[in-house]
Amino acid sequence: MQAANASSSPVQEVKNTTCYMCACRCGIRVHLRDGVVRYIDGNPDHPLNKGVICAKGSSGIMKQYSPARLLKPLKRRAGAERGAGDFEEITWDEAFATLAERLGRIRATDPKKFALITGRDQMQALTGMFARQFGTPNYSAHGGFCSVNMAAGMIYTIGGSFWEFGGPDLDRAKLFVMIGTAEDHHSNPMKIALSKFRRDGGRFISINPVRTGYSAIADEWVPIRPGTDGALLLAIIHEIIATGLYDREFLVRYSNAGQLINVSSTSDEFGFFVRTDIPTEEACYEPQDKLWWDRNSDRPVVTHQAGADPYLLGEFKLADGTPVKPAFQLLHERVKDYTPEWASQITGIPVEIIRRLAHEMGVTARDQKIELPIAWTDSWGNEHETVTGNPVAFHAMRGLAAHSNGFQSTRALAILMSLLGTIDRPGGFRHKAPFPRPIPPCARTPNDARGVQPNHPLDGMVLGWPSDPDDLFVNADGSPVRLDKAFSWEYPLSVHGLMHNAITNAWRGDPYRIDTLLIFMANMSWNSTMNTAEVRRMLNDKVSDKDGNEEFKIPFLVVCDAFHSEMTAYADLILPDTTYLERHDVMSMLDRPISEFDGPVDSVRIPVLPVSGDCKPFQEVLIELGTRLKLPAFVTPTGERKFRDYPDFITNWETEPGSGIGFLAGWRGKGGEKFLRGEPNPNQWEMYARNNCVFHYELPKSYQYMRNWNKGYLEWSQRHSITRYAEPILIHLYSEVLQRFRCAAQGKGLTRKPPEHLKKRIETYFDPLPFYYDSLEAQVTDKHKYPLAAVTQRPMAMYHSWDSQNAWLRQIHTHNYLYVNTRTARQQGIGDGDWIWVESQWGKVRCMVRHSEAVEPGTVWTWNAIGKAAGAWNLTPDANESQLGFLLNHLISEELPVSVDSARRISNSDPITGQAAWYDVRVRIYKVGADETAPGLQNTSPQFEPMKPYPGMKPRSGILAFLGGRRK
Amino acid sequence: MHPAFSVIFLTTLIGAAQGLFLALFTVQSYAAFKLLPPPDAHAFYGQGSLLALALLGAGLVASFFHLGRPERAWRSIAMWRTSWLAREVIVLPAFVGVVFLYGLAHWLNWHPVLMTLPGGLPVDPSAILGVAGTLLAFALFICTAMIYACVKFLREWHSSLTVINYILLGGASGFSLAAAFAVLSAPELVSFLAGWAAIITLLGLVSRAASLHRNARLQPKSTLQTAIGIKHPRIVQKAQGFMGGSFNTREYFHGQPVAVLRGVKWFFMLAVFPLPLLFLLSGMQGGGAGGLLAAAFVVQYAGLVAERWFFFAQTNHPQNLYYQSIA
Amino acid sequence: MMQLALVIDLNVCVGCHACVTSCKEWNTSGSAGPMSDQNPYGADPTGTFFNRVQTYEVGEFPNTETVHFPKSCLHCEDPPCVPVCPTGASYKRKEDGIVLVNYDKCIGCKYCSWACPYGAREFDEQQRVMKKCTLCVDRIYDTSMAENDRKPACVKACPTSARLFGDIHDPESAVSQAIRESGGYPLMPEWGTQPSNHYLPRRKTRIKIHLDELERADNPLKVDHQLPRPAASEPTLDDVVTW
Ligand SMILES: Nc1nc2c(c(=O)[nH]1)N[C@H]1C(S)=C(S)[C@@H](COP(=O)(O)OP(=O)(O)OC[C@H]3O[C@@H](n4cnc5c(=O)[nH]c(N)nc54)[C@H](O)[C@@H]3O)O[C@H]1N2
Ligand SMILES: Nc1nc2c(c(=O)[nH]1)N[C@H]1C(S)=C(S)[C@@H](COP(=O)(O)OP(=O)(O)OC[C@H]3O[C@@H](n4cnc5c(=O)[nH]c(N)nc54)[C@H](O)[C@@H]3O)O[C@H]1N2
Ligand code: SF4
Ligand code: SF4
Ligand code: SF4
Ligand code: SF4
Ligand code: SF4
Ligand SMILES: [Mo]
Repeated sequence: MQAANASSSPVQEVKNTTCYMCACRCGIRVHLRDGVVRYIDGNPDHPLNKGVICAKGSSGIMKQYSPARLLKPLKRRAGAERGAGDFEEITWDEAFATLAERLGRIRATDPKKFALITGRDQMQALTGMFARQFGTPNYSAHGGFCSVNMAAGMIYTIGGSFWEFGGPDLDRAKLFVMIGTAEDHHSNPMKIALSKFRRDGGRFISINPVRTGYSAIADEWVPIRPGTDGALLLAIIHEIIATGLYDREFLVRYSNAGQLINVSSTSDEFGFFVRTDIPTEEACYEPQDKLWWDRNSDRPVVTHQAGADPYLLGEFKLADGTPVKPAFQLLHERVKDYTPEWASQITGIPVEIIRRLAHEMGVTARDQKIELPIAWTDSWGNEHETVTGNPVAFHAMRGLAAHSNGFQSTRALAILMSLLGTIDRPGGFRHKAPFPRPIPPCARTPNDARGVQPNHPLDGMVLGWPSDPDDLFVNADGSPVRLDKAFSWEYPLSVHGLMHNAITNAWRGDPYRIDTLLIFMANMSWNSTMNTAEVRRMLNDKVSDKDGNEEFKIPFLVVCDAFHSEMTAYADLILPDTTYLERHDVMSMLDRPISEFDGPVDSVRIPVLPVSGDCKPFQEVLIELGTRLKLPAFVTPTGERKFRDYPDFITNWETEPGSGIGFLAGWRGKGGEKFLRGEPNPNQWEMYARNNCVFHYELPKSYQYMRNWNKGYLEWSQRHSITRYAEPILIHLYSEVLQRFRCAAQGKGLTRKPPEHLKKRIETYFDPLPFYYDSLEAQVTDKHKYPLAAVTQRPMAMYHSWDSQNAWLRQIHTHNYLYVNTRTARQQGIGDGDWIWVESQWGKVRCMVRHSEAVEPGTVWTWNAIGKAAGAWNLTPDANESQLGFLLNHLISEELPVSVDSARRISNSDPITGQAAWYDVRVRIYKVGADETAPGLQNTSPQFEPMKPYPGMKPRSGILAFLGGRRK
Repeated sequence: MHPAFSVIFLTTLIGAAQGLFLALFTVQSYAAFKLLPPPDAHAFYGQGSLLALALLGAGLVASFFHLGRPERAWRSIAMWRTSWLAREVIVLPAFVGVVFLYGLAHWLNWHPVLMTLPGGLPVDPSAILGVAGTLLAFALFICTAMIYACVKFLREWHSSLTVINYILLGGASGFSLAAAFAVLSAPELVSFLAGWAAIITLLGLVSRAASLHRNARLQPKSTLQTAIGIKHPRIVQKAQGFMGGSFNTREYFHGQPVAVLRGVKWFFMLAVFPLPLLFLLSGMQGGGAGGLLAAAFVVQYAGLVAERWFFFAQTNHPQNLYYQSIA
Repeated sequence: MMQLALVIDLNVCVGCHACVTSCKEWNTSGSAGPMSDQNPYGADPTGTFFNRVQTYEVGEFPNTETVHFPKSCLHCEDPPCVPVCPTGASYKRKEDGIVLVNYDKCIGCKYCSWACPYGAREFDEQQRVMKKCTLCVDRIYDTSMAENDRKPACVKACPTSARLFGDIHDPESAVSQAIRESGGYPLMPEWGTQPSNHYLPRRKTRIKIHLDELERADNPLKVDHQLPRPAASEPTLDDVVTW
């Protein structure tokens, strides 16, 4: 220090914006000195992070000034191989001209030959809308390989979900069970809440094969074998029902537990709810036309009739002789054999612990009830003096989701949470606006090939929520319309698409070949692809056309990235994006919301620095392209430019002319007096700027709970155009949506039928009640040969692949090890730090081992995406990330044989949602051969030809002494 | 600890210089009492002092390599009240100065009698400078050694044996050098000096062996349990918080396998003690004394470099408990 | 006399490293900076940090605790690093007990770091002087900052508020209370350095469920006639006694 008390020279400016070192979207204050970032801290007035910041957020400076930044638009040098990274600088004019010409041609002929896939971005509202306006069905975002099982499994059950749509109310919970979560998107808020919860004396249980991060501070760690949570949850449900620890009243009123189901196996209506004859309009809500068997009158009555109380258990006969059972009875029967003893064998968790978990949940939910003095009215007009809470909260993420049985496991979790009566109640699960949604939500894709027409926007949403087979997006012969085969019979409820299959499908031409692939913010030749080495080959693979001209199988590849990622090397055209500190952005409720339990929130980014080099925000690129292509949303009816730039677009664009709904919910109306819905406000950006860049509407207390059935809330949400209908959203213990698909597979009903080869699959997996099955990969694996499950975890101090270029963060995670339980390793003579091979059926990698006592003996794991390709991210080719780090993705296949002896291949995904089954992979490990231990050979395998820096990039320095604008 | 070569050379070079000076003044004292024939002052005391000064100079140069900011070295006298390092920095130049004056006095044959001691022994400036130099030499030994010995949690160092070793090993190498040097400048003193060198070397062997013995039995006072304050018999570090190394991993780990450490130990135990002893004893008698005695010093000095390396390497800094593993 | 310090709650620290990089970020551009990095984009990147978060595993599977352990200078009450410093560059402030290094005086001899049993000091390879946590002395007294910003950068950043900051000599302060009530302890007490920073241990919350809590009178199974009871045909006392 110069002198002890000398305060640093004055910071000249503090500007507020929103962080984007990860998808959590905290409010930050950027302190600038002489125009250089000196310090970034959390904005204390922001509802998400309340002033705290994380390791990544604090290292934003090193992202801004990173030598890995792309600073010029580039095109692949003619004749250069893809992957070689041989580029030349071009102007934006040339880039736009190339794109507009090519895309214009595609749009005028066959729009589906253009595919747009986006990674872990936060602007799906805009990218999705662009794709739709373009008219291509081929749009997908990371959701499909990320956690769509979580979203779909819960949204199809309770109308809301974890991930970014809802979460645990730790302020009031007494028991918190976290399943398969290492970090997740609500990064800082989760940490704030978790520590407060623990300090307030809450009990925290973590169910995870690995104990790190959050699990480290759990009161109890329950190590589980990967992919077996379904078994555990079903056994807990078994125990909860067997001991009567469920919240009967809650289930009766707020779920379909009491609703009668036709159980006549000969009937075409088998497995469907019995309905009254009252005709209902076709609309996106569930009409209340089901029956209960009333205990008082001992006869069927329409549900929710005043004075009625249904049986939840039993079997009854309708007047016409139809045997019926309440949904709860079927659930009861389903879990009968799912005993703790059974689950213990599968999960590796002792029987007593499974029972105790059930008892702790059930007794806490029942005996520690919270009654908040909040009056509210339910959808049936009953007035309640209080809101009741059963203070058991859960959180789950990819540990549950990223398995091919994850949808059904997630359903089991949602059902368990419902049995405990914890849905949108204090201390339990809480929704975040605009959730809850109807089950399923109303968005639909087109349902046949006619939805795709030249020079015409897509006739439906790019992604949607099928409610029955007729909503599938398939050709007349049942084959998929989409490149990734989403919404087809292979993965009917793939509500986020299957981006992880897009490249392989396009390369193979199955279902068809495309012309142009635009990748935004996804590192698809590295960490967000499975089978990485092969996919890299596919990206550079060529075919000869009839005249003998060679062409790439994926003819034109455009990548918009901000950094020198592995993906960019394969681009024909690179569009250099700005950093988050240099652009306008919106965190819109039309995308993944950042809302709080108490009401809607959205926020913006406002540039705090000028754009570097020749970078251009991708938002501006899309607006410009949309305008040049004359997509209807971007031009006037006469084809004139409608929006000056992105900020202008945000201010003035409405879902439909005059709808009053735009990307931003705050300060709408001419003078900013309205919210959620209102005319465009020319000063909206300034108003956000003046308010910490965030809009937060706090609902009246009486609208903050029980929102699935809260009349006041539902009507409020209808008035503010959040939903079209104010009908109650009953919990689907029993899922009729799934039954519809199963029925179709059984050849029943009037809907479309699946192609022959998929019938069995649909019939098996579309079970209306949750069930447990071994993962698809395990089904085609010799588990004796590959005895271990391999999973990854997110390190808290790194975001996917982007932070290896960050001089500070990379010192924390410079390379990665494979963590192996000490005893498992010793059994094979593998010492701590040894070099080993990890091998799956699909590939092998060489890496180093760390012994650990904090991992279940049948599991090995590593940090996600620390390993890098040599030379990528403008690191030196000998950097630890590439020489000592490794990527687990090489072991994971994007496709599986349908069965052990079948050549037909299908995506390595959940059969219901198409969720990528990252964590299903089975491996074996063994020491490297004696010939491989020479010092020179001590690097990880596979290795790739080192990447070179591109034209226009800054040179990397050998020493860094960052002084943030202060002169040295 | 990671042995820093600047410090190894500093301590061994000035140690030899201090020993050499002590040898010079021992001869002068013996001569004063007529126990030895007076050597040629020019050649023996004068050039001997010059040799000592050269070693001191080389040591000083080496020490500067240890400093991050050598241009500010002058600041390091400030905290003499508390810091042995500051004291060393004061005593070292004082010693250099006295050696210089001592050598000069002999060189110029400047022997005015300043006073006469009761026994009739005349005291001239060189005698006073010699006494002062002797005191400073010991002070310097103590300062240097105390830099290490005073750090109580560096338990291998925190012992009076450290001080004794510094004195004896510096003394031994200095006397060996003096013996070899005497072959040229005062052949009549060779046996005397070689004899003393042998005696000090033997004493050094005893004290160094004692410290090795002691250190081999040290039980660490700090454990992972006290380092992180968790009482459990099985604690293992998984990550130290960074992976590419840091000051803490560079400064406190020698990074050598145990075999190297053991090898170095045996090497110095041979090179510092029995080999020089052999050379000294045979040099005392044989005709080819010059070569043998020179070999005695060179081997011993080389051994001391290894000894000092080992002195650092063997020391297990408690901070190392915090830096056991990367992940 | 005041003794400022950090109290670190291992009970809630999740090892996120926010305190590590926020410290680096504040201090590299502040009066303690720059905190240089060598090879920032090459092999074995390394740099000066004042605060590191480590990870330990305690116990054996399945009874394993994973402990995240942040460590910076502990601002010892009797700091062994200070008296050994020959230049006086290392010093402990009387007024608040913060141990600091004056970079203008430091000659980079590293002696102080040898004398710190905790490995809390780091030598800056570029500026060639010794550096360490300053307790953000350039924040905590800076009246140009808003009141609630006047605390160390790491404390402000920490998402779990595992880092408390205050005067451990003031028995009423939050840090003193935490030490008292939650069993705060110092590191390596055996050396008598009296570290001012303290650590709060892990604490466990358990639920005790009594068997009878599983069979309550209001068991819903009753309503649906499902509470298990023996079939009427099974033997009962009625079959054998007459009275
Ligand atoms: N083995 C394994 N693989 C996995 C997972 C796993 O758990 N295990 N997780 C999967 C999941 S859930 C996800 S979401 C994916 C994530 O995978 P990706 O979506 O591929 O995420 P990133 O690796 O972060 O790559 C995104 C790209 O965005 C770029 N980028 C960063 N900032 C900007 C910017 O401001 N603008 C632009 N245009 N580009 C930017 C980065 O340089 C990088 O190239 O990984 C998946 N892959
Ligand atoms: N710092 C940081 N934050 C991030 C990201 C990042 O890259 N870095 N990525 C963001 C993204 S895109 C996503 S999708 C989220 C994901 O957030 P998380 O879902 O928390 O991500 P993962 O790290 O994949 O966590 C998976 C956890 O599940 C465990 N697990 C694996 N298999 C099983 C299983 O079968 N059962 C159980 N019970 N557990 C299992 C793993 O051990 C691991 O702890 O994080 C987001 N937040
Ligand atoms: S959690 Fe994510 S958004 Fe929040 S500060 Fe950290 S990196 Fe930024
Ligand atoms: S922790 Fe180390 S550097 Fe800090 S005061 Fe204590 S001894 Fe000194
Ligand atoms: S390195 Fe600097 S602060 Fe440390 S002892 Fe030397 S002069 Fe003092
Ligand atoms: S108090 Fe300041 S200097 Fe010390 S560790 Fe925290 S942020 Fe770093
Ligand atoms: S910021 Fe807080 S929670 Fe994160 S590592 Fe540091 S002390 Fe632990
Ligand atoms: Mo993700």
